[in-house]
Amino acid sequence: MLKFIGKRLLMLIPVLIGITLVVQLLLEVTPGDPAKLMLGMNATPERVAALREELGLNDPFLVRYGRYIWNLCHGDLGNSFMTGRPVFSEMIQRFPYTLVLVCISLFLSVVFGIPLGVFASTHQHTWKDNLAMFAALFCVSMPAFWFALMLIQRFAVKWRLLPLSGIASWKGWVLPCVALALGFTATITRQTRSNMLEVIRQDYITTARAKGVSEVTIKYRHALKNAVTPVIMVVGGMFGMMLGGALISETIFSIPGLGQYTMQALNSRDYPVIQSSVLVLSLLFAIVILLVDIIFALIDPRIRSQYISKRQKEARTDQKKEDQEKGAAHSEGR
Amino acid sequence: MSEELLEIKDLRIEYHTDESVIHAVNGIDLSVKKGQTLGLVGETGAGKTTIAKSILRILPGLQAKILSGEIRFEGKDLLSVSEREMRKIRGNKIAMIFQDPMTALNPIETIGFQISETLKIHNKLTKKEARKKACEMLELVGIPSYRYDEYPHQFSGGMKQRVVIAIGLACNPELLLADEPTTALDVTIQAQVLEMMAELKEKLDTSVILITHDLGVVANFCDSVAVAYAGEIVERGTVEQIFDHVAHPYTEGLFASLPRLDRRERRLKPIKGLMPDPAALPEGCSFCDRCPYAEERCFKTKPADVELEPGHIVKCFRVAGGE
Repeated sequence: MLKFIGKRLLMLIPVLIGITLVVQLLLEVTPGDPAKLMLGMNATPERVAALREELGLNDPFLVRYGRYIWNLCHGDLGNSFMTGRPVFSEMIQRFPYTLVLVCISLFLSVVFGIPLGVFASTHQHTWKDNLAMFAALFCVSMPAFWFALMLIQRFAVKWRLLPLSGIASWKGWVLPCVALALGFTATITRQTRSNMLEVIRQDYITTARAKGVSEVTIKYRHALKNAVTPVIMVVGGMFGMMLGGALISETIFSIPGLGQYTMQALNSRDYPVIQSSVLVLSLLFAIVILLVDIIFALIDPRIRSQYISKRQKEARTDQKKEDQEKGAAHSEGR
Repeated sequence: MSEELLEIKDLRIEYHTDESVIHAVNGIDLSVKKGQTLGLVGETGAGKTTIAKSILRILPGLQAKILSGEIRFEGKDLLSVSEREMRKIRGNKIAMIFQDPMTALNPIETIGFQISETLKIHNKLTKKEARKKACEMLELVGIPSYRYDEYPHQFSGGMKQRVVIAIGLACNPELLLADEPTTALDVTIQAQVLEMMAELKEKLDTSVILITHDLGVVANFCDSVAVAYAGEIVERGTVEQIFDHVAHPYTEGLFASLPRLDRRERRLKPIKGLMPDPAALPEGCSFCDRCPYAEERCFKTKPADVELEPGHIVKCFRVAGGE
């Protein structure tokens, strides 16, 4: 298992290099000149040219890319074009906000989505299921920013229960997290329900019932544990989507997170910031996917057995032989 | 000794689908004596599994409807006890072995857990005691107990069926419903498993309802036989009564369709035709379309049960015709 994790982490290196290359290429073909944007409309061409030279924008593509990678290998993410401050320290400051937002939203989606999915599946063909599915469809269909605006309108403007924006206290986190979580909760609910419907028709569920297992245990131990693996995969994928969705939530609720930072950088063509943000987000995503694979293996022994290294397998059979010999000796002793 | 352990009276079950109503079980009577084995024979779709599942009340709740009937087990009507009480009976007093060992085990739990789970539910055992008892059960069905912590995918089909049997027998049930326990296995393993079941039955003094379509198995392992056809029991009696004095044309056909080694025959003799559509059963005898002896009355009215000898009951006009 450890070997597997190590292998996967090593595989991250080419992936990340690929990502930097793609981002660099995309920035190359994106119209807009950071120097012009920085200096404003009235800047003279000479000043723009001077700034371009200073920022190293006039060098050929490969030279710029090589320089970027070189700096990256030395742990230097560069300085922001706009503020001149090092990107790394800025990101360290903003990163926790995004992480908190995404983690809380994800937590909410899982905590509400999975039980709701189980509930819907075990009440199939009844109005309860229909209602849950209708609500889920609605939440999946509406974009997160619409929820954000509607929630602000109700809870912040009309009833004045929660702050309009900002995160001065815990109250400030409620609306952004809920707005982000609603759509994902619905996706998890639908996913859980369809998997559960598949699993509760399986023979081993009937076996469990014939053993006298209570319905609750059947639902949550026997059925859900089998149904949950595809849901976890979805949750992993969602994490990436949420990092993207956080951008909108952060902008609307003015949370000084990574998403907002990236958004500003995109508008001003702040290349080092854009590159670093994408890099960090994809690194995070890759780690989450790895985590998903590990959770898979923990739940499903069939997957786990693929990861066990040869040496461990040999050790296991040795153990078995020993046991057998012990057993044989024991019975002889009698 | 001849005390009835289980008695089913006039059981009727329907399945409701979107398009039609399927008459799966149509007024059957059955009884099993203590310590005896009843063979329930019949072709696919005759309602055998439905009968077994209805005894445990594990039919799919939304589609299946039990219309009428009584299932008396140790004096209690299982169809009217509460769900809670039923749970105490399931796996404890009445256990079931399922047809397909490949799918009957939960793929992501250890077999040890699956055996000890039923022990923990029905007996107040600590984890350690349950583990010990489950290991004993494994040894009993011929699986070394060190495999307790292994998963179903690490076992072969025959071994899985042994695990399923171990689950069924774990709590020492009074009645074991074995739903084609050997159908999914190849012939050599079949013999092993059946032999083991017979041995265990002796040892634990369990009554068994053995659902099968293998008459050879019935002859070897059962005390009495019930032949199911289109949701009815067309003939029942002791093994001797059925095998030596076949009365119902369907049972006759079943025997005739067996390959015989003592005669040189080139072809098997199947029963012509198919079982009637359970959604549209004929008005008269359900076997009339395929029966070589069918008369006019067979198509119009249903034949009633006729008791030829004590215990040998047949649903056919032909045997009653002598009156």
